[in-house]
Amino acid sequence: MNPLVALEIPWGLLLVIKVMVILAIIPAAALILGYVFLMKMMSHMQSRFGPMDPGGFHGWFQLIGDGIKFIQKEDIMPAEADRRIFALAPAIVLISTFVVYAVIPIGPRLVAEDLDVGIFFALAISSVSVIGVLMAGWASSNKYALLGALRAAGQLIAYELPLVLAVVGVVMQAGTMSLQGIVGAQASGEIFGWGGIGNPFLLTQAVGFVLFLAAAQAELTQTPFDMPVAESELVAGYQVEYTGFRFLFFQMSEYATAFALAAIAATLFLGGWHVPGVEGTAADVLGPLVLFAKIMAISFLIFWVRFTYPRFREDQLQMLAWKYLIPISLLNILATGIFKVAF
Amino acid sequence: MSDQQSDDAPQDPAEDAPEAPDAPEETAAAPEPAEPAPAVLPEHEGWLAALAADLGDDIVEAVSNHGDLVVRVKREAWHRAAEVARTRLGCEYLSFISAIDWLPRPDPPNWDPDAPSAPVQPKEMTFGAAGGEGRFQVFACVESTDDVTQVILKTDVNEQNPSVASWTDVFPGADWHERECWEMYGIEFEGHPHLRHLYLPAEFEGNPGRKDFPLLSRETKPWPGLVDVELMPGSDEEPAEEASA
Amino acid sequence: MSMTEERQRAYIGKHLAEAQINVELHHEDMVLNIGPQHPATHGTLRVVVKLDGERVVAADPVIGYMHRGYEKIVEYRSYPQVTTLINRIDWLSSFANEVPFIHAAEQIMGIEAPPRAQYIRTVLTELSRIATFIVFLGDMGAQVGAVTPVFYAFRDREHVLNLIEAATGGRFHPNFNRIGGLKDDLPSGWITETRRVMGKVFESCDTFENLLQGNEIFHVRTKGIGIIPADIGKGYGVSGSNLRASGVDWDLRRDGAPYLAYPEVDFKVWTHPGGDSFSRYWVRLQETREAARIVLDLLDRLPAGPVMAKVPRIIKVPAGESWVRVENPLGEMGYYVISKGATGPFRVKIRSASFSNVSILPWVLKGVYVPDLITILASLYFILGDIDR
Repeated sequence: MNPLVALEIPWGLLLVIKVMVILAIIPAAALILGYVFLMKMMSHMQSRFGPMDPGGFHGWFQLIGDGIKFIQKEDIMPAEADRRIFALAPAIVLISTFVVYAVIPIGPRLVAEDLDVGIFFALAISSVSVIGVLMAGWASSNKYALLGALRAAGQLIAYELPLVLAVVGVVMQAGTMSLQGIVGAQASGEIFGWGGIGNPFLLTQAVGFVLFLAAAQAELTQTPFDMPVAESELVAGYQVEYTGFRFLFFQMSEYATAFALAAIAATLFLGGWHVPGVEGTAADVLGPLVLFAKIMAISFLIFWVRFTYPRFREDQLQMLAWKYLIPISLLNILATGIFKVAF
Repeated sequence: MSDQQSDDAPQDPAEDAPEAPDAPEETAAAPEPAEPAPAVLPEHEGWLAALAADLGDDIVEAVSNHGDLVVRVKREAWHRAAEVARTRLGCEYLSFISAIDWLPRPDPPNWDPDAPSAPVQPKEMTFGAAGGEGRFQVFACVESTDDVTQVILKTDVNEQNPSVASWTDVFPGADWHERECWEMYGIEFEGHPHLRHLYLPAEFEGNPGRKDFPLLSRETKPWPGLVDVELMPGSDEEPAEEASA
Repeated sequence: MSMTEERQRAYIGKHLAEAQINVELHHEDMVLNIGPQHPATHGTLRVVVKLDGERVVAADPVIGYMHRGYEKIVEYRSYPQVTTLINRIDWLSSFANEVPFIHAAEQIMGIEAPPRAQYIRTVLTELSRIATFIVFLGDMGAQVGAVTPVFYAFRDREHVLNLIEAATGGRFHPNFNRIGGLKDDLPSGWITETRRVMGKVFESCDTFENLLQGNEIFHVRTKGIGIIPADIGKGYGVSGSNLRASGVDWDLRRDGAPYLAYPEVDFKVWTHPGGDSFSRYWVRLQETREAARIVLDLLDRLPAGPVMAKVPRIIKVPAGESWVRVENPLGEMGYYVISKGATGPFRVKIRSASFSNVSILPWVLKGVYVPDLITILASLYFILGDIDR
């Protein structure tokens, strides 16, 4: 199945290669999103001059300069901090992001691990980051950090349900939880008997797509659900005591998770790597590019909302989740079930 | 009137420029001009009558000063004056409460009173509108937002033991104003829930608003209008000469 | 930390034995120190809040971190020097700060600035109002979590600041008023440019209206939050747009003692019955537009003539006292100037708007959530220099 197996690479080496690739993806993804959306799109939307300036063309040097700045900074640890947990927290957040990438397929044969419960695994693992956030908030021994961490924990319950329930519709329609299987189901689908572009679940699961994006926004702690970091209220929430490289970890994982969630959304609703009419090795080459384009389109939505909307209050988020998102997602499941049985 | 093109001011400012050289060097202010007539303006009589109906003899003096009614009441009537102004005149809006120290300020050292524009204050104690009795005076302004009613209330407080009734139960906003006044002038407000420092650190001693509290920057250096040239260290001989002299 | 855990365990253990059900954990209110360095406090305001969860049980604003003692310092200065100091009180609308003091001194001296100077003063006062309010309109967005309006605000304010700079030479601290008039007349081309910029101000107001005021999340975050009833507001001395947002139709430009060219201008005083954060935003948005209209109206009727009355070279203000209060962007600003015939004032009481506006915080913050606390702070709109003086 796996092409690399055909080359008879020993299992251990294969694992190392996979890990290295995924490890490289995280900073790359964070850089891409940070550069394209955080720096350029934001600068254009908000008429900022600063990030457009360094290095000449469109301020290409800004992000590199930021990186250098973070690395240079002194690693400050509060005197009262729980030192080990404080140091561990950014790593936990980053690891949860890292593991999500393992199950995302970028081509017919290009996936680190094609799990049978791929989507379930991805969603479960991505919420592990909340534990890291809680650890960071608690270990910082800072009241702002603690409030931020508690908000993040409260938010988890509110958004994780609609996130999972939004995916259930897709899983029901595809009949599998494997991400490869979901891509395959979309590729082989037909729109009213026409199979030209397959059947992206966006068409049948539009409600699920919107719910997924809304919940993903909350999972990423992006505006309008950025209460855990809320810079005007809690200064920076759980990140307030972190500096330098540890802070960079949080930032990187935030953007890498955005990239990963956009990839999952693209896989679930937009047909993933599937290119109509392209099969085999060509799909392995074209697939990643197509997926990347879809990821960027979804990321654009995520960041567009982020730069436009004000922030909810914590209780208003809970109300939104329990009164609207969850009932709607349940109705969506019901409707999907009826259609599944009827057709 | 002038049109849009009046942009390029047609008049020549040099004609009647304020600093024209022929202007008298010191037009030492038309001697005591238009000292507000001790009478009360006609439009203020109604307000004063409303106040007097309740306060009666407690009103010591009342004048109209540049369009404002200034009423000086006895110290004992200070709290009642607020109530009356609020209920009778509808002055529900508290503008401020503060104090005046009428003591002439001792001149700081290095002070050159002969400098042409040095703000030299007279050395005898005089009082402003509606007069005064002692060194400290508490004054406040209450206004009505429904019409133009506006009354400035004054009262004299004892110099040795300055204290006056608090207004906090009449105007909740009096809280901070009285704290400021207590901190700056050392005037006790009887009945204030918690007089504590507002601006200054809790351990600060003294009342900086009082005239005899020196302004340290002026103690060490003459006021900036006169000599404000500090030579760079070692850049000129003059300071060295002064030092040797 | 482990101490607390141990204590909690001991407490639970002890009480478990006594009570079979519903063990209520002993909890303490958390004291949170917001400020003096906090993004929501515009400088160095410090609010010590007692929190039960995220709900504020009690709030105590601590001010004075920027106390510069202006009331004391001005007693050692001459009148022209005082202007330099006082335009640092509310540094976003410095020009408007100078006006009442100059006006008070002129009143005691019995002189009056020529009509052209009065008109130009009015125009510049309204320009500072616009500059101040544009910052508010954007900053309010930042405080409720929308970053974009801030950048628009600072971009658009720049046009207005450029105008003030062109006319006075100072972007923030013009120091342009003189007793008896103004330092200079307007530069050439200024009026045309001002007309153009006022068009941009209207555009900018529309942007904020669409981007922020029309946003549903902004509505749920501000409506019904931090309601100040009119009578409570008056008792605390809350003034200006904050009081007008509580439905009090009171504007010193129209209702106070006549000053500058306002008696000759026809303008609308905007009020909103809500009294909440949204009303305060709404009122300021309307007032920004109104100010731009006033500017355009005044420019159409700008009289010709000198900008400076005849005053002695060395200004001595005769003995007397005067209380001048005006409608500044932040509310009622007044100077009680007492003169004893010297070149400097004997005593100046500075009544600044933010001081009283902020003094209502302990009352209005009771029982709100932390995010609403930030919204209320932002909507009251204070400048630290204006609180501490």
